[in-house]
Amino acid sequence: MGHIQIVGLNKEFINRRKIKREEEVSSFGQVVPVLEDINIEIEEGEMVCFLGPSGCGKSTLMRIVAGFDRQSSGSVMIDDKEITGPSSDNIFVFQHSGLLPWMTVWQNVELGLRHMENKDEQCEKIQEYIEMVELEGFEDHYPHQLSGGMLRRAELARALVVNPDILIMDEPFSGLDFLTHMKLREEVVNMHQFLGKTVLIVTHDIDDALVMGDRIIVFSRRPSQIKMNRRLDFPHPRNFFKKNHELAKLRDELFFMLGVNYAV
Amino acid sequence: MNNSLAEKLAPFLSFTVLVIAWELTVRFAGLNTNSLPGPSQVFFSMIELIRNGAIFKHTVASLFRVTAGFYLAAALGIPFGIILGRSETFALLFNPVIHFLRPISPLAWIPLAMLWFGIGDQPAIFLIFLSSFFPIVVSTTVAVQSINPTYFYVAANFDFSRTEVIKKVVIPAIIPDIITALRLTVTISWIVVVAAEMIAVQSGLGYLILDARNGLRMDYVLDGMIVIGLIGLLLDSIMRRLGRIDSASWGIRQI
Repeated sequence: MGHIQIVGLNKEFINRRKIKREEEVSSFGQVVPVLEDINIEIEEGEMVCFLGPSGCGKSTLMRIVAGFDRQSSGSVMIDDKEITGPSSDNIFVFQHSGLLPWMTVWQNVELGLRHMENKDEQCEKIQEYIEMVELEGFEDHYPHQLSGGMLRRAELARALVVNPDILIMDEPFSGLDFLTHMKLREEVVNMHQFLGKTVLIVTHDIDDALVMGDRIIVFSRRPSQIKMNRRLDFPHPRNFFKKNHELAKLRDELFFMLGVNYAV
Repeated sequence: MNNSLAEKLAPFLSFTVLVIAWELTVRFAGLNTNSLPGPSQVFFSMIELIRNGAIFKHTVASLFRVTAGFYLAAALGIPFGIILGRSETFALLFNPVIHFLRPISPLAWIPLAMLWFGIGDQPAIFLIFLSSFFPIVVSTTVAVQSINPTYFYVAANFDFSRTEVIKKVVIPAIIPDIITALRLTVTISWIVVVAAEMIAVQSGLGYLILDARNGLRMDYVLDGMIVIGLIGLLLDSIMRRLGRIDSASWGIRQI
């Protein structure tokens, strides 16, 4: 489970603000195309990294896959079924913490299991996932009492405990300090190898994409089209990619593609 | 201030300065003690009012009206505000009426209130209700509308039902704002109860002040004012304590 097929997807936004008085504006406002003719097929269990300049619509695509937003045309099928709305089969991990601030870590993780009949089993499972993200001892803490890295880990536990088919992460490492970023990245890679779920990651960090992805998809500037869609058949760990010539070449190419001419 | 002892003493210091300034004004401004009685005179008449129980009777009467009117306003205003905040249609329908009625002073309703409810507790409770209802509705609506949309996405992602969205997202999310709103509103209703009691009833602190003025007992007038101030302080600190509840403390700044 977790096969995604996106065919001929377009997304337009309607800008209701009039920019210039003389400019002809339809009664619906100005139509801004965001995503144009996107075709992607993602295999079950694949970890796909989406790169692109900011504002190119990568997050919009993720929101469409999660069912929070509707495409203007085209289709998105998950396991051969058209998306009808949000579902706990595809969990979205938010860029800024999506933990509910009035609930403790425990209560947040419990959200996905709240309908479970067997309370002992429920407790055991919550404890297991909290331990998996190394948050034992913080069960009764509220989100505002945790650090940035702990917040991401708690949200990851909440997402994984429902055993979703697809995990969608929107810039999961933004705003973390360097070491926390590296550590969490490693944990996500391990988690993926262990659980084998389909994972979609939006990032603006080229190295994240190179280290983590089974595949990299690069978007162009708005209106976005797919500029590159390449499989990365390199074994993990890939933290020595600077010595791997093929990866290093790809890294330079990606930097160039995204507008940085001399990869520093 | 870091020193907790100094923190506790600071309010007493400012009150002491206030009383000394008051005493000095009375002694040296050459005012008649009938127009501004000194602290000692007010203190002794307060003891008098405590001895004959009058102050308690009036305070309880006022508190009863404030409590009844305020609870009624909160009990109706918060759900109504949630509906307005969640439904655009309801907001379009009712907002103009609310914003039309809101600036009309509750005191302007006094003639109608007396006509409808006669003399007694009811017109006063009605006026307090009016004074608190609109601010509570408006603050609740704004609080609901400003909930971070991410939380609704999370709710949808975890298959929340409609009632779960209200119970687990909307209500906890607005609690910090509601506590602040109630804190401000309880003060307004306390202001209004005094005005209402000057007209429609024969008890309460407002009545005490009016009655004392008619008898030219300015010391009783000041006693009434002091009790009003003290109770206002007490109500505020009760409301502030609500903000320290753990699950609400994420969104509350202590003022």
